Amino acid sequence: MNLFPLRVRGAETSRRGKVLVGPIDLDLSGAGATVVMGPNGSGKTTLLRLLHGAARLTAGQITWDCDENYARTRQGFVFQRPVMLRRTVVENLMYPLRMRGVTKAQAQTQAEEWATRVGLEEMLGQMANNLSGGEQQKLALARAMITDPWVLFLDEPTAALDGRATRKVEAVLRAARASGTQLVLSTHDLGQAKRLADEIVFMLHGRVLEHSNAGAFFDAPQSIQARAFLRGDIVE
Amino acid sequence: MGDLWAGITEAFRLLVTLDADLVEITLRSLQVTLTALVIGSAIALPLAALLAVRRFRFRRGVIAVLNALMGLPPVVVGLVVYMLLSRSGPFGVLGLLFTPTAMIIAQVIIIVPLIASIAHQSLRDLWSEYHDLLISMNVTQGQKMRTLLWDARRALLTASLAGFGRAIGEVGAIMIVGGNIDHATRVLTTAIALETGKGDFALALGLGIILIGLAITVNLAIHWLSRTEQEGRW
Repeated sequence: MNLFPLRVRGAETSRRGKVLVGPIDLDLSGAGATVVMGPNGSGKTTLLRLLHGAARLTAGQITWDCDENYARTRQGFVFQRPVMLRRTVVENLMYPLRMRGVTKAQAQTQAEEWATRVGLEEMLGQMANNLSGGEQQKLALARAMITDPWVLFLDEPTAALDGRATRKVEAVLRAARASGTQLVLSTHDLGQAKRLADEIVFMLHGRVLEHSNAGAFFDAPQSIQARAFLRGDIVE
Repeated sequence: MGDLWAGITEAFRLLVTLDADLVEITLRSLQVTLTALVIGSAIALPLAALLAVRRFRFRRGVIAVLNALMGLPPVVVGLVVYMLLSRSGPFGVLGLLFTPTAMIIAQVIIIVPLIASIAHQSLRDLWSEYHDLLISMNVTQGQKMRTLLWDARRALLTASLAGFGRAIGEVGAIMIVGGNIDHATRVLTTAIALETGKGDFALALGLGIILIGLAITVNLAIHWLSRTEQEGRW
């Protein structure tokens, strides 16, 4: 149940001649939870999308420890702004299973199970678009996890959530990590990074400035920019 | 004013007495138009989804041509279909000219660009909303298209209704390829054209009122059917 190590070599993506992220060299061993940190605009989201294969590399390469197509089938992605299918909660949850050929009855059972895990069991028949932001994010998380991904990418998954919803989401993420799912999430919430991270990737201006285990990063960051970021200074 | 009143009176008389000719013409109109609509939608909706989902060379060109063909002159379509189906044409051997099938073919050609263009606009918007999600779920192109078609079904219904409106009111092409033959290819629009030509404005107007009523009834019926799903489900 492992796609790691993940090797990133000279990865770069650009648009209209402007380099958005890169070049990046990075080795991720699948330490449990990898948290990508950095100020707004540092390239966290783009890096996640590159790793997941949702954005195109314009240079370099990203290789998993298996066939790339197979790796894609074992991944999930949760977006900062959850995208809801124009369907009910239960239909949203069933969707990825049905696309993988799971029977309707099985998909329904699993959907109800996951709805209960994230606290949406009372809303199964509601239109997903009518849920609150927190509920939508919980639904997006459950929908991403229902296929039992080995690697789950999360782009600022609790950025728009209140404390209660954040606690619920983090509990689900901890449970996922405990059951073997590797998490790669971006956040600029220091508290969340401390609570969840096993290793930290610190980014600035589209490049990786530091990559170390969480304890070392928070105790003794190597770069001036990371120290400033941890102090709460504005990092440019 | 007298003709209008006479037309309304005649329309009521035809309706109340269930005039055999009128029923036959109306049923043929519905048969030709609904068949063309089903076939046209079966072609146009997947085409629209394909154009929304897939990126290929000349895609923009195809969309531009499709939009331009929305204004396709029916008389020209009729002429082309006539030439193709006439005895000396490539499909003359099929013997389809002056049959309801020929009329259906002409109507399909007319409504496919219209339905596809309207549907494409809706599906393109939905695709921009779903793009990242469906990519992240690693679904196939076919699954993406089916997802879009299902989730945008209300907008697609509107596109199909626009096609129905265009087809039921069409006269030029079906007059050419159908020939307006009594008890064979005569439909409401061609009958109206014929009665107007004969100077029987009352009957023509009566048929026109029935045609409008029919179009409104079908539209209302489809909308009513769509409302049987819960409000907000779309």
